[in-house]
Amino acid sequence: MQYSEKVMDHFMNPRNVGKVDNPSGVGEVGNPTCGDIMHIEIVVKDDKIEDIKFQTFGCAAAIATSSMVTEIVKGKTLEEAEKITNRTVAEALDGLPPVKMHCSNLAADALHEAIKSYRQGGAASASIEKGCCQTGPDSSCEKGMEIHLPK
Amino acid sequence: MKSIYMDHSATTPVDPEVLNAMIPYYTDMFGNSSSIHSQGQKAHRAVEESREKVAALLGAKPTEIIFTSGGTEADNQAIISYMTHNRTKGNHIITSAIEHHAVLHTCEFMAKQGFELTVLPVNSYGEVEPDTLRQAIRPNTALVSIMHGNNEIGTIEPIKELATITHESGAIFHTDAVQTVGKIPVDVNDLGVDLLSASSHKLYGPKGVGCLYVRKGIRMGSFMHGGAHERNLRAGTVNVPGVVGFGKAAAMAMERLCSQEAPLAGLAKRLTDGIFAAIPNTRLTGHPDRRLPGSVSVCFDYVEGESILLMLDNYGIMASSGSACTSGSLDPSHVLLAIGLPHETAHGSLRITMGKDNTEEDVDYLLQVLPPIIKNLRAMSPLGK
Repeated sequence: MQYSEKVMDHFMNPRNVGKVDNPSGVGEVGNPTCGDIMHIEIVVKDDKIEDIKFQTFGCAAAIATSSMVTEIVKGKTLEEAEKITNRTVAEALDGLPPVKMHCSNLAADALHEAIKSYRQGGAASASIEKGCCQTGPDSSCEKGMEIHLPK
Repeated sequence: MKSIYMDHSATTPVDPEVLNAMIPYYTDMFGNSSSIHSQGQKAHRAVEESREKVAALLGAKPTEIIFTSGGTEADNQAIISYMTHNRTKGNHIITSAIEHHAVLHTCEFMAKQGFELTVLPVNSYGEVEPDTLRQAIRPNTALVSIMHGNNEIGTIEPIKELATITHESGAIFHTDAVQTVGKIPVDVNDLGVDLLSASSHKLYGPKGVGCLYVRKGIRMGSFMHGGAHERNLRAGTVNVPGVVGFGKAAAMAMERLCSQEAPLAGLAKRLTDGIFAAIPNTRLTGHPDRRLPGSVSVCFDYVEGESILLMLDNYGIMASSGSACTSGSLDPSHVLLAIGLPHETAHGSLRITMGKDNTEEDVDYLLQVLPPIIKNLRAMSPLGK
């Protein structure tokens, strides 16, 4: 298994780690059982993401995708941010190893949860369990779902 | 940058003396050890000399050593060949939940072929308790396979006691001793085992060669089918240079055996004490005392193992983990789960396995680098609030 240079860069030097003051929205996805939890906090001003920070428990791919998603959406409008998908994030990192596509690539989901919590009028933490160990065996995950990104 | 290898349970470097012993068997003495001519005879002699050296390390007779392609093949051969050749003795196999996959998956394969399988649980140190085995034995139990030293958590199993219980029932005992041979004294008669697997590359020998000890009197079928090599038990042209390397490595390991255990245990203690002094919310996995010399396995709460490994690698330190991301699957290691660790703890595992060339300076460097890594990862983690 080999990570791209961009993944290693974002893993070794993660951007926007931590928590924001007075978050407008908070999102958390994942599950400690699977070994990946992503927590994202946003500050929204004039319909734009003015500040964003993350905390992640997980492998290098989990940390790098979290860092990358914060970098992509900082300064973007909520509408633009909502269009970001896990796949966009993986592509921005020059791809992820196939086994990591499913479990460790949830950063965009965490972002969407944060936006949703903002739209629902508060920073109350929206928390969903998502990922490989969700509920019961997920066959696509057990096999290590393979998604190949265009080079 | 420094380069400090601390993953000796994964593999070890080939000792230069071992390599020098092997080279002539690729060049001047390349013969097939089955050939009649003088080239073949030279190769044959070298193989038999190696067999004597490996046998000496295990306290066995040379005729009881079958060379294989490694530990995995030896485990497969022990279980598959013994069970299929001795159907009248019973069709029940007992193993433990913390075996290497070479044993565990082979036993599961046999269960799919219709054999009965019991996988014994272990206690929180990863030990198979003798009473657990006693209760699992049935009249039709033919084989018990329990590893000698665990590759992930370092625990050494009470093999002597387990083998005695097994023999009382009339079954035979196999141990995967891949992690212990060359590290601690392993004597087949003292342990009382009937079959034992060993691997060359864990004791500074080459990869691709190992052996199965088969106690005299144990009847088995051939594993690989073909020629009459290895007393008809393992067909295939003998890997002469590999076997020569294994023999040399075994002889060197035997010389080191008395002198290396204490220093390695000392390094492990220095490292363990240092980790616990500097890093809170850490737990040792495996038995605190009855463990492989030089092996330190810990779990750090709130962080994930792959991240630790990549950060350590960035400082030139090579170690290993049982986290999901490093196991190649999506679950953390079956060993860590079997000793009762919750998933989230098992994800934070780090295994450091030191070898003969590691020094106190290496340990101190690791102790200087590791605490800030864990601190940074915890600062990044939503769990470490």
